[in-house]
Amino acid sequence: MSIILTEAEAKALLQKVLKYSKADECEANILGEERGNLRYARNEVSTSGSLINQNLSVQSAFGKKVGVATIDEFSDESIERCVRRSEELAQLAPENPEYVSVLGPQTYGKSNGFFESTAAVTPDVRADAVAKSLELSRAQNLTAAGFLENRKGYSAMMNSKGLFAYYPSTNVNFTLTVRTPDGTGSGYVARGYSDIKKLDTAAATTIAIQKAKGSMGAKALEPGKYTVILEPTAAVVLLENIFFGMDARSADEGRSFLSKPGGKTKLNEKIVDERVNIYTDPANPELPSSPWSGDGQPLNKMSLIEKGVVKNMFYSRYWAQKNNVKPVPFPSNVIMDGGTATLEEMIKSTKQGILVTKLWYIRSVDPQTLLQTGLTRDGTFYIENGVIKHPVKNFRFNESPVIMLNNLETLGKPERVVSTESDQNYLIPPMKIREFTFSSLSDAV
Amino acid sequence: MQMSGMGIGAMMLPSVPVIGNPVSAEHLLESWMDAADKKKLTEIALNAARSKGATYTDVRIGRYLQQYLFTREKQVQNIVNAESYGIGIRVIANGTWGFSATSDVTADGIAKCAATAVAIAKANSKFQKEPVVLAEQKGVGDKVWKTPIVKNAFEIPVREKIDLLMNVNNKALEGGASFVTSNLFFVNEQKYFASSDGSFIDQDVHRIWPTFTVTVTDKAAGKFKTRDAISSPMGMGYEYLDGIASEKIAGPNGLVGYRNSYDMVEDAVTAARQAKEKITAKTVQAGKYDLVLDPNHLGLTIHESVGHPTELDRVLGYEANYAGTSFATLDKWQSKNFAYGSKLVNIVADKTQPHTLGAVGYDDEGVPCKEWDIIKDGILVNYQAIRDQVKIIGEKESHGCCYADNWNSVQFQRMPNISLKPGAEKRSVMDMIKGVEKGIYIIGRGSYSIDQQRYNFQFGGQVFYEIKNGELTGMLDDVAYQSNTQEFWNSCVQLCDKDDYRTFGSFFDGKGQPGQVSAVSHGSSTTRFNGVNVINTGRRI
Repeated sequence: MSIILTEAEAKALLQKVLKYSKADECEANILGEERGNLRYARNEVSTSGSLINQNLSVQSAFGKKVGVATIDEFSDESIERCVRRSEELAQLAPENPEYVSVLGPQTYGKSNGFFESTAAVTPDVRADAVAKSLELSRAQNLTAAGFLENRKGYSAMMNSKGLFAYYPSTNVNFTLTVRTPDGTGSGYVARGYSDIKKLDTAAATTIAIQKAKGSMGAKALEPGKYTVILEPTAAVVLLENIFFGMDARSADEGRSFLSKPGGKTKLNEKIVDERVNIYTDPANPELPSSPWSGDGQPLNKMSLIEKGVVKNMFYSRYWAQKNNVKPVPFPSNVIMDGGTATLEEMIKSTKQGILVTKLWYIRSVDPQTLLQTGLTRDGTFYIENGVIKHPVKNFRFNESPVIMLNNLETLGKPERVVSTESDQNYLIPPMKIREFTFSSLSDAV
Repeated sequence: MQMSGMGIGAMMLPSVPVIGNPVSAEHLLESWMDAADKKKLTEIALNAARSKGATYTDVRIGRYLQQYLFTREKQVQNIVNAESYGIGIRVIANGTWGFSATSDVTADGIAKCAATAVAIAKANSKFQKEPVVLAEQKGVGDKVWKTPIVKNAFEIPVREKIDLLMNVNNKALEGGASFVTSNLFFVNEQKYFASSDGSFIDQDVHRIWPTFTVTVTDKAAGKFKTRDAISSPMGMGYEYLDGIASEKIAGPNGLVGYRNSYDMVEDAVTAARQAKEKITAKTVQAGKYDLVLDPNHLGLTIHESVGHPTELDRVLGYEANYAGTSFATLDKWQSKNFAYGSKLVNIVADKTQPHTLGAVGYDDEGVPCKEWDIIKDGILVNYQAIRDQVKIIGEKESHGCCYADNWNSVQFQRMPNISLKPGAEKRSVMDMIKGVEKGIYIIGRGSYSIDQQRYNFQFGGQVFYEIKNGELTGMLDDVAYQSNTQEFWNSCVQLCDKDDYRTFGSFFDGKGQPGQVSAVSHGSSTTRFNGVNVINTGRRI
């Protein structure tokens, strides 16, 4: 049997798993995936490889005593052993006061995240895609280091109350850094798609080359507060700290940026500029993602921040039950609406400012205010009177994405980006921000 | 970790990489195949790869065991017993690397995997101009190495571990914590390495990390502060948790440092007290301060500002697309007079120091491990290098610091232990503080960020004490220091002696694409740096 099961094959396998169960409740999750990658540096292949993986996880519960066991082979004997082991573990486990009974059958929306084009990628396809990129950098005597990874896989689940879910997906991520031979210029590009047909490694390489050459001869500017234009690749690594931090329990417990003095939370309060709309939509064709969460809850289009107001925080099923509210599962994708401005228009309307194309090494400094630190990297430019005047040396910043989204000037057109911190894909617009805090200079290129 | 691209729900889990599949605790102790059977399987791989055209092959059969326990307040959140078992085959064909891995460890599965590794190497060789050349490594024959543990953590009943964590949580709550999470991480890598050079190496590696976070909230004011454990991950067994008195180092104001034995309950009590103190601590005034840095803090600064920039693969550009390159370029090393730090700064690399995370007998290329100098009397004298790169610095033997975090990951250059030697003169922490007029004493790992060439960094900590005229005057808050690596290490003016020497560790150090973790220790004694720029990180939203 193939590693990547069809919906019917996954259903039949899961039915077999549940037949062995003697527990009060049983829930089984399976996944299978094939991955391949090509890594290169100094214009040469460095390491590259492939990986096949499959996994069955069985959760058995007797009352509130829960056990989980997992196995990576799917023979009848192995499956039965896995079910028995999860039951043994459950019998030995202390009661989990936060255990919530498994869900009954659910209805899920449609999301097409599986593309035959990506599923069919071979080592030669990867090598050809990379060769197109390498030719360009070699021809201009520039040094390229990049990474191309493709993946196809599926996940499925079933439980003793009759819930069944299945989702197949593919994706390809391509990232590239091009440096000038003297080490004074560096440019970056990242592309992520579900359908590899959309990946044009040559076009992407042209952008990294342009940034590498354009960033040579950077001048130092004094650190301080500047108007910045953040390209989506730069903006997303700050914004994802907002998404990650929207857990209701932490806010209720008084240990979140969404906690308020007096013990309340900022749910339904305006925390950022009213033009900020952030939501999830698994069915978005540009960013398809799983229409169900790991515990089988349906994931549908849902607002997180609407017109600057916190519309939803994430409630686990336990915390929702305790607080008598509806559970809100963590989403499978995140999208931020933008405006209509192009990056060029945003530059043109800037009297004085800095174009930031990438941010690096983002770390939380204070979880109370979501203050983050990190640095600009691989192409930072000074803008004066609507034109890029010259590259500038990299800065360290200390800034909170909440403060940043209150200092919003303009939003551009959203595009699919890959986070350089989490590797996740998002749809995020470029954005112009005033009074962004740069606190020191870096000599790094 | 293996779910990326399938949705971001997984990000709600505690942010630790779990490699492999959950299994029962008892299963982790079940016997595995003996070395002779492993050798037979690796020979299938070596032969299959050679027959397809590989000129070099190495094979790693790995069984990776992890037991992670997560609790909060009065309850157990999760117990993960994970096992990952499979084979990874790395080849050179047409002068190009290829790698493939499979969990199908049968003769047929291994042969197919070897063929895939060669096919990948050949596909990629089409645009390879510079063939891979390995430093010579004579086969070492059949060898065995094991972490010298006293108590195998996997043999300790889960109940005993839960009781410990519940005791930690209770003591923190009794001490005024609003919330507490506590965790235990245990890792056992059972790996069998074979290469076409004629090495067959069986290793059994153990690691441990106990840790917690205490949170104190002031709901009325809408404030919260945390204090993390000041334990260190170690290359030890469960004996690290014995908390024996002779391994405690008395510091100023009743503070305690832990050497090779950790008292988790005692630290939790201190943490609750300190987290409460942090709520009302004075906000720091930005400016220049002399910093007195505890080993449990300084370890991360060493890691980021010396460990990473002296990785030869970074220096050469192999990590340019992700972690970055390095300011410590070859010309600086060649000059033989690049003052990385003051004359007091002596930094050694090693994979041999007992109790450390980096200690193994052989690296994942079959090279015997050793110790070597990186910075001597302040001067940059060497790098960290493996077989395919060490020729670039004119050496004939690999340094033995190649590592893969799993059978399904390809091995590459990873940081050995990188440690600052203690001072030769007798000096305690109290002696050091006495000499500081305006300073800050920093303990514990906090926020950290550094640029891609390792010039500019910013570090926080867990607790900060103001030093005025040779005395600790109280706790400070909102502290972070920013500096430039060379400037910082040249401001090193004083070291405590060997009695204060301890190791700090990083259990999940990330590098590479696809990302891999590794565990590494950094030893030092308390050290003083003069005139470092401190910023105030307090904000309002």
